[in-house]
Amino acid sequence: MAASTHYREFVAGTDEGDQQLAERSAGSARERLRETGAVLRMSEAEAAALGGPPEDPDDDQTMIINMGPQHPSTHGVLRLMLELQGETVLRCKPIIGYLHTGMEKTGEQLTFLQGGTNVTRMDYLSPFANELVFSMATERLLGIDEAIPERATWIRMLMAELNRMSSHLLFMATNGMDLGAVSMMIYGWREREEVLRFFQQVTGLRMNHNYIRPGGVAADLPAGWRDGVLRLLELIPPRLDEYETLLNGQPIYRDRLQGVGVITPSEAVALGATGPILRATGVEWDLRRHMPYLHYDELDFDVVVGTYGDAFDRYAIRLAEIRESMRLVRQILDRMPAGDYRIQDKKVTPPPRARIDESMEALIHHFKLFTEGFKVPEGEVYVAIESPRGEVGCYIASDGGPKPYRMHVRAPSFANIQCLPHMMRGGLVADAVAVISSVDPVLGDVDR
Amino acid sequence: MTEPGADDADAAIADQSSPGESSAGESSAGTELHGFPLVESRGQSVLHPTREGYLDVVRTLAEEGYTMCVDVTAVDYLQHMDRPLPAAVQPERFEVVVNLLDLTARRRLRVRVQVPEADPTLASLFDLHPGTEAMEREVYDMFGIGFEDHPDLTRILMPEDWVGHPLRKDYDVGRIPVQFKEAHA
Repeated sequence: MAASTHYREFVAGTDEGDQQLAERSAGSARERLRETGAVLRMSEAEAAALGGPPEDPDDDQTMIINMGPQHPSTHGVLRLMLELQGETVLRCKPIIGYLHTGMEKTGEQLTFLQGGTNVTRMDYLSPFANELVFSMATERLLGIDEAIPERATWIRMLMAELNRMSSHLLFMATNGMDLGAVSMMIYGWREREEVLRFFQQVTGLRMNHNYIRPGGVAADLPAGWRDGVLRLLELIPPRLDEYETLLNGQPIYRDRLQGVGVITPSEAVALGATGPILRATGVEWDLRRHMPYLHYDELDFDVVVGTYGDAFDRYAIRLAEIRESMRLVRQILDRMPAGDYRIQDKKVTPPPRARIDESMEALIHHFKLFTEGFKVPEGEVYVAIESPRGEVGCYIASDGGPKPYRMHVRAPSFANIQCLPHMMRGGLVADAVAVISSVDPVLGDVDR
Repeated sequence: MTEPGADDADAAIADQSSPGESSAGESSAGTELHGFPLVESRGQSVLHPTREGYLDVVRTLAEEGYTMCVDVTAVDYLQHMDRPLPAAVQPERFEVVVNLLDLTARRRLRVRVQVPEADPTLASLFDLHPGTEAMEREVYDMFGIGFEDHPDLTRILMPEDWVGHPLRKDYDVGRIPVQFKEAHA
């Protein structure tokens, strides 16, 4: 490639080799400004006046240690480099990419029909959110987003809300485990498993469902699904009360979370944090409420916000969101209409199995849909929804072919872990675990 | 075997670009925002600033309420240079796509900047939106687009010693050797 001298000089000037956290003496004043002032949108003088941890200790007073990628409380393969002075964290840098499998490149090789199998594996704790946003983006490109059958839309909402519950229940478990509440870990996993059992009943799989597809959902809800949901709605509320008794009133648990990992609203907005992290700072922002999609504007639910922006607020918000999701699920149960579970547009939807036996056209059509896929008109679109972790967005550029020309997923965890250095700055190393846990990153989502 | 049905099915598949195209093609209504063409793409607002005016227009937009930069990504249009663009915009190989969000007015705006292959550099948004730090690094890692004045432009997802930028269209996809691939002739 004929790169201009400008670009060559530019690349030579970047530090291509080093992703790691450098010694303090190697960093410049500018780097420290980057860590505080730039994020707080302050001048250098204001950032310096902010104080905080002792500024500029000598190199021999500080120590840089690695936390991860194999540390159990880093939720996968997150690696943090921490600069410590005694027990105090002075700087922190997340180093990611250990789970990078090139899923966006893979997405360019798969047809729009196959794409769901790919995106569902990104944020593996909320697969329905990923499938949903990918399907909605594809439908928008196809121009059929207004034509999705009512039943399919309500099934999507049902699964998305149950998924929010299962994801937050797992957060309860891992958050408890990270803070030493080991029984909480077992309880959280136990309740999540109940939800996953329902998913298995509906989709055949506990995770990575590929259930929500462009045009609707893969299959109708099975017989007895209503009883399955009602069982969950009966089972989980008393368990949530138990969690509250176990954790909220627990002085050790509270002391370890309250006032830890504080982030301000302006910091959260500047860093692009969304979901419970943004809401914990008191910013009322939930895409289901403020930029409604599906039929969320017809349902009654509360957007839970915090006050202090600390780890306890983030925990409390998630606990409350499980209850709000159950409230939504109850309303969805009441309003679930009868009808088609996928659009009857033969360009997108394969013919029913029975038709294949009697009609040559149906057989050919079926074959072509699954070998070539359906063509999607040229254009580009960005669709965003509220996943349990924040805004998950899907940007698709199509060149008119059966595969996306470019498929990008805006991963909430990827943006959210940028908050870690700001939450940890000046805190104790023991609190680092609580902070990571409260951000609830999914490394499959971060690295994609 | 030439079944008449084959053609029907073929036609159904080939025909399918029609429902979206009429309603969703980029309608260049000729509107402008801050001197740059503003188009509607599937009901979403897209702004096409020049590379030189990019930083200033994002700054102006931030003052107008687009306080959150949700996403920065890029597309390599190497195999698709004839994409529809407003008349004033000269297509280039790379395109950086920035998604801005206005929390108060509840609106979104997408900014698409053309970045030439010969000099793939662009101003960094870091000073305006610090949350773009990791996203710009990802674009640099995956597309080799350099962001000037970015505080720490290093690879983020690929290993440090990796050669090439994987999401470029001329980057070869690895293959797993297939056994018995001669079998079908």
